[in-house]
Amino acid sequence: MYGVVHFTTGSLNMPIDKSDPNPNQSKASKFRWGELEEDDNLDFLLPPKEVIGTDENGIKKVIEYKFNDEGNKVKITTTTRVRKLAKARLNRRAVERRNWEKFGDAVHEYVGSRLTMVSTEEIILERPRAPGMKAEEIKVPGDSLAQLSKGGAVLMVCRTCGKKGDHWTSKCPYKDLAAPVETFVDKPVASEASVAASGSGKGAYGPPSMRAGAERTAGSDMRRRNDENSVRVTNLSEDTREPDLLELFRPFGAVTRVYVAMDQKTGTSRGFGFVNFVNREDAQRAINKLNGYGYDNLILRVKWATPRAN
Amino acid sequence: MRPILMKGHERPLTFLKYNRDGDLLFSCAKDHTPTVWFADNGERLGTYRGHNGAVWSCDVSRDSMRLITGSADQTVKLWNVQTGAQLYTFNFGSPARSVDFSVGDKLAVITTDPFMELTSAIHVKRIARDPTEQTEESELVIKGPQGRINRAVWGPLNRTIVSAGEDAVIRIWDSETGKLLREADKESGHKKTITSLTKSADGSHFLTGSLDKSAKLWDTRSLTLIKTYVTERPVNAVAMSPLLDHVVLGGGQDASAVTTTDHRAGKFEAKFFDKILQEEIGGVKGHFGPINALAFNPDGKSFSSGGEDGYVRLHHFDPDYFNIKI
Repeated sequence: MYGVVHFTTGSLNMPIDKSDPNPNQSKASKFRWGELEEDDNLDFLLPPKEVIGTDENGIKKVIEYKFNDEGNKVKITTTTRVRKLAKARLNRRAVERRNWEKFGDAVHEYVGSRLTMVSTEEIILERPRAPGMKAEEIKVPGDSLAQLSKGGAVLMVCRTCGKKGDHWTSKCPYKDLAAPVETFVDKPVASEASVAASGSGKGAYGPPSMRAGAERTAGSDMRRRNDENSVRVTNLSEDTREPDLLELFRPFGAVTRVYVAMDQKTGTSRGFGFVNFVNREDAQRAINKLNGYGYDNLILRVKWATPRAN
Repeated sequence: MRPILMKGHERPLTFLKYNRDGDLLFSCAKDHTPTVWFADNGERLGTYRGHNGAVWSCDVSRDSMRLITGSADQTVKLWNVQTGAQLYTFNFGSPARSVDFSVGDKLAVITTDPFMELTSAIHVKRIARDPTEQTEESELVIKGPQGRINRAVWGPLNRTIVSAGEDAVIRIWDSETGKLLREADKESGHKKTITSLTKSADGSHFLTGSLDKSAKLWDTRSLTLIKTYVTERPVNAVAMSPLLDHVVLGGGQDASAVTTTDHRAGKFEAKFFDKILQEEIGGVKGHFGPINALAFNPDGKSFSSGGEDGYVRLHHFDPDYFNIKI
């Protein structure tokens, strides 16, 4: 027999096991319904706060019980990671300096000023990649292309030296024989436009789209930018479909749309399609890598969708 | 590691300096107000109010009592580190760029920029123990280099002054007579403006960083080139670890070019190189703008970087930093 108010257990964490009323019973008897006001402090009914101290990983748990707005007893477990900031062994003078009073603009510093914050990101000393790998290359396209190449007969055509089956264009050891065709698609156009701006004097202001080295993506919204990053793929085999193109082009970056032109009568591919990338650089890399790539017994042709290409 | 971010400056950082004991970090920025922070947790201690222009550099005396700052408002000021009070102001005819206390803190070398008819110059001033006895007069004025002198520091035993600047030539001057003792070899030296210079802990060699995307290590007495470190970006700041054989280079592109290219957040990095092997060990990313200032704590266990973004990032090394092997 309790004589106690029954609480439904709260929504947070674990429900309270009510099967042990004894600790509360003595208090409960002094407790009368009529005298109870809505917001009386019923904290004495709650189990005490537990602190599970910092374990070897620096994790500290504090378990508190309280009443939520509906009058339900809830158990709140707060888990914090306690990090030890590096402490320098300070000499005597340094210890004295620690107790100096704040001056200048720091006089009115309040606790929440957030001038000094620990970074939320963990920053590491990133080791450089092993020689032979370009830093810009994302691992994924390299891996999946390697896998694809293991699959069927693939011709690795290098456009610089014309050697087949040895290396891709970007890894050509004879790169200096021929200048790259288009390193920056926009550069020829942008640099002509920026001659006027830079010609007016070093330090003269030129808008970002007109500066040397500017990419022309500034100013278009998402949708139009996708269509500017559209790549045309031709010489597709008859059974190529959208999912195949997606699988082939996705390693280079985010793809928003794939389209394969179909012949309605026969239900086969008409041999060409389009792939829209989110990023222009991904599209450029896809063109570089897949133009001339052997896919399903045909050599793909991959280029920018419109001759304009800017 | 979890860097501590300190955003006390509204404008780009120009210089960072730790005191001798390694518990205070002084930061200078273009916002006229040098600031001092505690070097362990990054808590701000105070600011030095009084300059009317960008503060280009600072130095602190060995006992951490005096701070000297050089500013674009054509003054160099002496401050009481503890209270923030101004003790003395040196006036010049042009912006002051670099300041450095001598060993013993009795002298200071100050460089001034070329301005109108004035050419750039190196001034040596005597610093009195008692600020009330401080005088304006220069012990020595050296003129000669063309263009801005970005940094001038004292050589071993205060016998020489090493200067480097826009003409990309490092010069060693006699500190008593002002005579030019040595000049760096033009062939092997820097090709573009030298932006920064830092001495080793014992002063036997120093490192210069330049906009020609390289940093070079030189012997202080003979001015022979010892090592060269090559990066892809113009170098704005250099630092040498007092504990391990590492050099750190910080830089970035020109601010005007930043917005037109790929702007992934926090990609400007401080590059670590092995001092002897000249190979890159790694990079610490995080700044949102080019890095303009780098400093190592004298105990070698932490370093800080200041960027164009106005942030000072204080890094305490993880234990595995000390075990890095090439």
